[in-house]
Amino acid sequence: MRKTFVNTLISLMRENKDIYLLTGDLGFSVFDDLKKDFPANFLNIGVSEANMIGIAAGLALCKKQVFVYSIIPFITFRVLEQIRNDLCYQKLPVKLVGVGGGLSYGAAGTTHHSIEDLAVMTSIPGMTVISPGDPKEVEMAVRESLKLDGPCFIRLGRNGEPILHDENFSFSIGKGIILKRGIDICIFAIGNMLETAVEVSNILEKSNIKTEVISIHTLKPLDEKIIVNSSKNKKLIVSIEEHIETGGLGTKIADVLMKYQVYKKLIKFALPDTFVHNVGSQKYLREIFSLTPEKIASKIIIELNK
Amino acid sequence: MDLEKDTYIDLKNITKEIRKKLIYMHYKANASHIGSAFSIVDLLTVLYFKILNIDPNNPTDPERDRFILSKGHAASAWYAILAERGFFDKKILEQYGIDNGLLPEHPDRLSVRGIEASTGSLGHGLPIGVGIALAGKIDNKKYRTFVLMSDGECQEGSIWEAAISASRFKLDNLIGIIDANKLQAYEKTDNIQSISSLINKFKDFGWEVIEINGHDLKEIFVTLNNLPLRRNKPTMIIANTIKGKGIKIMENNLEWHYKSPKKEQIEEFIKEIGEAN
Repeated sequence: MRKTFVNTLISLMRENKDIYLLTGDLGFSVFDDLKKDFPANFLNIGVSEANMIGIAAGLALCKKQVFVYSIIPFITFRVLEQIRNDLCYQKLPVKLVGVGGGLSYGAAGTTHHSIEDLAVMTSIPGMTVISPGDPKEVEMAVRESLKLDGPCFIRLGRNGEPILHDENFSFSIGKGIILKRGIDICIFAIGNMLETAVEVSNILEKSNIKTEVISIHTLKPLDEKIIVNSSKNKKLIVSIEEHIETGGLGTKIADVLMKYQVYKKLIKFALPDTFVHNVGSQKYLREIFSLTPEKIASKIIIELNK
Repeated sequence: MDLEKDTYIDLKNITKEIRKKLIYMHYKANASHIGSAFSIVDLLTVLYFKILNIDPNNPTDPERDRFILSKGHAASAWYAILAERGFFDKKILEQYGIDNGLLPEHPDRLSVRGIEASTGSLGHGLPIGVGIALAGKIDNKKYRTFVLMSDGECQEGSIWEAAISASRFKLDNLIGIIDANKLQAYEKTDNIQSISSLINKFKDFGWEVIEINGHDLKEIFVTLNNLPLRRNKPTMIIANTIKGKGIKIMENNLEWHYKSPKKEQIEEFIKEIGEAN
C-alpha cells in the first residue's frame, strides 16, 4: 500500500506543481524517487508533528495541496488538537496519510500500533476517514482526495498487500464496493482486513455458504445505503476490522442497522479494548486475537448452525 | 521614518475608540480576557493602520500581508480593530459573545472577513504562520506574515517546534510579536519562564530579536516599519506591555483576566480613556 501511495503521489505531482509532501522524519528511502523528481515539493519537517500539522494548515490556507505522512499514532493521537482546530474547524483540505494500520507494526509494540485511530478520527466533525483495502483502493483514494474540500485521513497498511479488485473496479470516496455477491451472509470489511474477508468467503463457500463481501473503505462519510441493502435479506451480518471493537466499523454498522430497523444478528470481528502486550508480528498477533480467516470462518459456521 | 505628529494623534484616537468599544463589548457579553485585549490594542492599531498591506475590500487578496492572533482569547480587540479598519460593519461588534451572536470569544476564520486563522488554543498560531510564510517564499510573493502571541503561550512546545522551522527555512517574511504582559492565567509569567530567558531562547533558535515598549505607538511604528530586522532570519518582537493597559484598576491586575466591566463602571472607564484629540 505504501509503495502505491508514493507512486500515485509522484504521478499526481507530475500534473500538479502545488502538491507537497510533508513528513515527520519518517519514510526513510521510501520517498527517494519522489525527492529526486520533485525536490522542492518534499519537506521533511523533522520530529515535530504538532508544528507539521500547523505548517500544513498554513500551506493549505495559501491553496497548496498538502499530504502529511507519518506512522499513524504520530499523525493522529499525537496531534489530535491540531487536527481538530487547525484542519477540521478551519475546513482545510490537508490529507493525513498514516502508515501501519492496525497491528501492521506488530513487534514494534503498542506505541506504533493504531487500533483506536478509526474511532478517534471519525469522531471529529468535518473529517473524512478512508482505510483502503488494497493497492487499487489506495491509488483511487489518494487521487480522489484531491477533490475534497476538507481534511481527510488515509489509513494505510504497510507493504505487500495483494490486489483484490478486478478490472471493472470503480471507486469513489464514501461508496462501499461489492467484491462478491452472495445470498446467505454479508461480510463488511475495512482496510487491511479486506483480504481476510475474501479468504473467509472462500472457506465458507466450501460449506456452501454464499457470502457477500463488501469493502467499506470509507468509514466517514459512511455508505449507509449499501449497508442496509446488503444486510436486509441476509441470515447474518459480519464486520471485520483490525481495530478495537468499539467505535470502528462494527459499531458504525450496528448504528446503521438500528437506525433503519434492520434487526439482524451482527458479529463483530475486531480487537479487544486493550493494549497489546504480546510481542510478535502482525500475523502472530492476528492469531492471538482470532483474526485469521480460519478462526473467523469457523465462528461464522458455528453461529449459522445455532 | 518617524511617525508624523498628526498621524500619531490619529492613531492615539483610534486606540481610545477601540478601548471604549471593548468596554461595551465585554460588558454586554460578560466576557473574560478584557485585560488581555487591552494589552494589544496599541500594537494592533499600528499594525492595521500603518503597517499591514491589506485591503478591507479585497480581504483574500493573495498578495496581502497576513496577521494571525495566536492568543485567541483577545479576539475582541481583533474584531474591534478589523471593524474600525472597515472589514465589516461596526454594528457587528455588538454580536460579540452573546446568544445568537456572530463573533465567538475566540476567533473563527469562517465568521467574519479579516480573520486569517481560527485560534483559541495556545501554541497554534506560529506553526500556521510558518506554513503561510513558507508558501510565500515558495511562490516568490512579497507578503509578510505576522503572528501575535502571548508570553505565557511560549510555554507551549509547538512554539519552539515552529521556531526551529522558521529559522531553518530562513523565513524573514515571518514576524512574531510577543505581547509580554507578564501575567498569565494563574500567576506571573516570570515564575514559569522569564522574558529575558525568552529573548535568549529565540536568539538561540536563530531568530533576530528586539525588545520594545508595546504601548509606545512611535516605537512600535518605527520597529515594524523596518522589517525584517535581518535578511534570511525570522523576526521576533518582544513587546513589553501592561495587562489591562488604559484603565488603572485593570492594569497589572490578574483579576481582569477573568472579570468583565459592570454596568455602573462603564461611565467611569469611558471617562478614564478620555476624549479623542
